[in-house]
Amino acid sequence: MSDSPRYSPLHAVHEALGASFTDFAGFMMPVRYDSDLAEHHAVRTAAGIFDISHMAEIAVTGPDAGAFLDYALAGKLSAINIGQAKYSLLLNEAGGIIDDLVVYRLGEQHWLVVANAGNRFPAVEALNHRTTGFDVNVKDESDATALIAVQGPNALEILKHTVGLELAAEAAVRPEPTLEALKYYWSLPATFLGNPMLIGRTGYTGEDGFELYVDVQHAAVLWNSLMAAGETRGLVPTGLACRDTLRLEAGMPLYGHELNLTTAPVQAGLGKVVALSKEGDFVGRAASEKGVSADAPVLVGLVGEGKRAARADYEVYSGENKVGVVTSGALSPTLEYPVAMAFVDPSVSELGSIVDVDIRGTRLPYTVTALPFYSRKKN
Amino acid sequence: MANPTNLQYTEEHEWLLVDGDNATVGITAYAAEKLGDVVYVELPKVGASITAGTVVGEIESTKSVGELYAPVTGTVTEVNDAVVSSPELVNDDPFGAGWLIKVSFSDVPALLDAAAYTALTGE
Repeated sequence: MSDSPRYSPLHAVHEALGASFTDFAGFMMPVRYDSDLAEHHAVRTAAGIFDISHMAEIAVTGPDAGAFLDYALAGKLSAINIGQAKYSLLLNEAGGIIDDLVVYRLGEQHWLVVANAGNRFPAVEALNHRTTGFDVNVKDESDATALIAVQGPNALEILKHTVGLELAAEAAVRPEPTLEALKYYWSLPATFLGNPMLIGRTGYTGEDGFELYVDVQHAAVLWNSLMAAGETRGLVPTGLACRDTLRLEAGMPLYGHELNLTTAPVQAGLGKVVALSKEGDFVGRAASEKGVSADAPVLVGLVGEGKRAARADYEVYSGENKVGVVTSGALSPTLEYPVAMAFVDPSVSELGSIVDVDIRGTRLPYTVTALPFYSRKKN
Repeated sequence: MANPTNLQYTEEHEWLLVDGDNATVGITAYAAEKLGDVVYVELPKVGASITAGTVVGEIESTKSVGELYAPVTGTVTEVNDAVVSSPELVNDDPFGAGWLIKVSFSDVPALLDAAAYTALTGE
């Protein structure tokens, strides 16, 4: 892998919008356009548009595609309907997490696996390695695919008014054949200026919203068309800084922070993602069935007072005993108090437990709190 | 934002407005921009003795924590309470209303002029 930065197909669009950039998994991506806080609030109250083209798209096709995914991933992906999406995990033999994924079923023998940018190559390699004995094709389509997320309460209206964006003819036979009817974690085939694309009602912000998978050639035109439709609907371009605070408030894990190769899903509250009830073997099954020791750290939410945020890698104490470490934390822009996720000793993991977080030499009390910190009001 | 030529600068991205033995201190627009939206500011107390090059305060954004280094050795004579209650002043007006502390100084290390600081940040 080369060290030179990679660029999104939308890079020129971001430059024209005056974005500040950050290196994320080797990609120069927009960290903010203007204000992190304003972008965060826009997603909670109106809408934001994110370029997440750095994420990896891997097509899995063939007669054994469903059976292959049931073996390669922790969930039972063969059981989801065409159009449906499912959050899943790619485990190693030891039951640790290689990546967390969203998997869409696009056809009878066609699934799309969406991996984190930083785990693209390990994910592709692990999937390829697991194909032995299956009549299946694994194809990394990341370089040809752009991904734009429109998130927030106005996202639906924006998509409905986006010039050039139409549902595909085959959407008409789906159980939910319109964007309005589309349920969370379902998708519809669409076209943009006649070119096939995919719309998922998925996201990473805790708001209603959509993710649009489009070929790289049409990404900039689609972005601009979405922006035009959003002009009167409060849409602002939003960067990775607010994406992180949005997902944190929504209690969503971020690979490399809450999830890693040595953490078992059950420790991170993802035990249900591992389908131990499904028939047949899958990679990580034996280790997952064995479970973790009773004193293994568990992921909890922490809420503090004042304005000083516990941040990743800060240590958690109970009295003089170190009982854990913070994995993500920020002053919540929506709630206006500090929130964090941390792996702590089970002895202090009960809701309402008080722990201290060492914030650069000062220990401040935090209360163990249920995740998520923020849930949108459902209509 | 251009770096005002009436100010002096440190490599830690503070600015100083020197008037006799007194200096007003803030962080530069470059530093504020790199931090992102400032949500919390902790400043030394009035009367505190500070030593050039040591950490005397914190400027936190949603994404990260910036440390305020004392650019001079001396005594804090005033702190900007407005910026403590409204940290966004650091982003909105870093060279003006977003000032942080005033110091009566006894010793000043070598500082940068606006041209040298601009060259340092490459912006």
